[in-house]
Amino acid sequence: MSLELIGVNKTFSDTKQATINDINLKIEKGEFICCVGKSGCGKSTLLNLIAGLLKPTSGQIILDGQPVTGPGPDRIVMFQEHALFPWLNVIDNVTFGMELASVPKEEQMARAEKYLKMMGLESYHHYAIHQLSGGMKQRVALARAFTMDSKVLLMDEPFSALDKQTSNRLRKELQQIWMETHQTIFFITHSVEEAIYLGDRVVVMAEGGTIQNVISVDLDRPRHVYDEKFIDYRRHLLDQIQGEETHADR
Amino acid sequence: MQTDRTTDNKKGRLRGSALEEVLFLFGVILLWQLVYFVGVDQLGIWKSYSMPSPSGVFQSFYKMIMDGSLAEATGRSLLRGGIGYLISLVIGGIVGILINHFPFLHRNLRPLIMGIQTLPSICWVPFSILWFGLSQTAIIFVVIMGSAFSIAIAVDGAISNVPPIYIKAGLTMGASKRQMYRRIIFPAALPELISGMKQGWSFAWRALMSGEVMTTSIGLGQTLITGRNLADINQVMLVMIVIVIVGILIDQLIFANIEHKIQKTRGLA
Repeated sequence: MSLELIGVNKTFSDTKQATINDINLKIEKGEFICCVGKSGCGKSTLLNLIAGLLKPTSGQIILDGQPVTGPGPDRIVMFQEHALFPWLNVIDNVTFGMELASVPKEEQMARAEKYLKMMGLESYHHYAIHQLSGGMKQRVALARAFTMDSKVLLMDEPFSALDKQTSNRLRKELQQIWMETHQTIFFITHSVEEAIYLGDRVVVMAEGGTIQNVISVDLDRPRHVYDEKFIDYRRHLLDQIQGEETHADR
Repeated sequence: MQTDRTTDNKKGRLRGSALEEVLFLFGVILLWQLVYFVGVDQLGIWKSYSMPSPSGVFQSFYKMIMDGSLAEATGRSLLRGGIGYLISLVIGGIVGILINHFPFLHRNLRPLIMGIQTLPSICWVPFSILWFGLSQTAIIFVVIMGSAFSIAIAVDGAISNVPPIYIKAGLTMGASKRQMYRRIIFPAALPELISGMKQGWSFAWRALMSGEVMTTSIGLGQTLITGRNLADINQVMLVMIVIVIVGILIDQLIFANIEHKIQKTRGLA
């Protein structure tokens, strides 16, 4: 599998939305790509284009040789809000997408149990969504996303609405799952630290929706934020961005 | 009503305890009897045929229970109202989904429906009688015209208010159009749909009475008019009370229960 963006542009008649300008990027199977940039630089627009929720004004997005024409289960999106359905319990939420895709029942349960267990939620199958904490909800959303076994998982700042402790724990768990599954992931964040912690490569976006730089993060996993090399990467990346917002990085 | 459970419901805190409510109601009835005693029996301000009394209403109640006429009238009204309401649900549901689905209809037909909806249902009575005569069908027609449009507007609103993130999640999980409606939009809109249905019922019940007083089929509306024709003000009052009680019972026993259940599973109650 590979995902390729070729000269992708996106403009809006409504100027409030961030534009994308001539993006070229290739994502290989099993890669964890993080995308950082200031708010309004077009990170989310880029993700929505890959998801097929938006159509490029020009250029092409090619997934496994096929151009992307619309949303589909081979590109599952995980949002900043959990987007779980309050009328279903935990297990029904996790199997929802697989049910749409007519995955056999036993297979559904096996996959759901596997990922819920990884997230430490094996005893919460029949809980209602509103009974869970914010972090647990996002864990269920993670489990739902992974069970879909999509070609690429698109994550739009999935931990940024959580408190810092919870978000740190979740990114640690995500790294753990990724090390076991090597799921291809395109992950948007405004946190430089999070990008270096998770990404094999970090795509730095600049204002105006262009790619400023792509940095390979050559650190062993599991990574630790207090490693000297980690801190070096972090400083290097912050210098690159020299943005006001990213310096206030958590 | 005295036994209803909405007092445990946090949203129902506008109400006091059941005992308090019973005592208050009892007080009102006592006051009413007193006013009647002073105003009619003692001072003769009102004539007894123009002023009902609790005891008179109770006598009417006893008489009409014993001869079965109250049960028959209530049953027939409920059946007629129920049929009209069910047809309204079907028509309102379909129209609501259509005006929501097609932007052209949403722009053009929806304002028209909203306009028609402001028309009091009694305005449909002349039409109805010309088309269907003094028949059951005429009354049911008035019920449908009185409630279907409000249901259509409510269905459209409920679907429009489904959070876009659910739709997006469904799209990326590969939901087909049909799956989207059945598995996502409908369940997400359910709480609002139920409120729309509840409001539709109260419109239907009012429209039913407009229809029934204008025609001659047996029912609560007709019993009310018979009371007037016989100058039996107690019977008129009795029917009014029954209409209120039936309306409240259906609201509380059916709709409030469903609403409460849905809100509870979603953690909204």
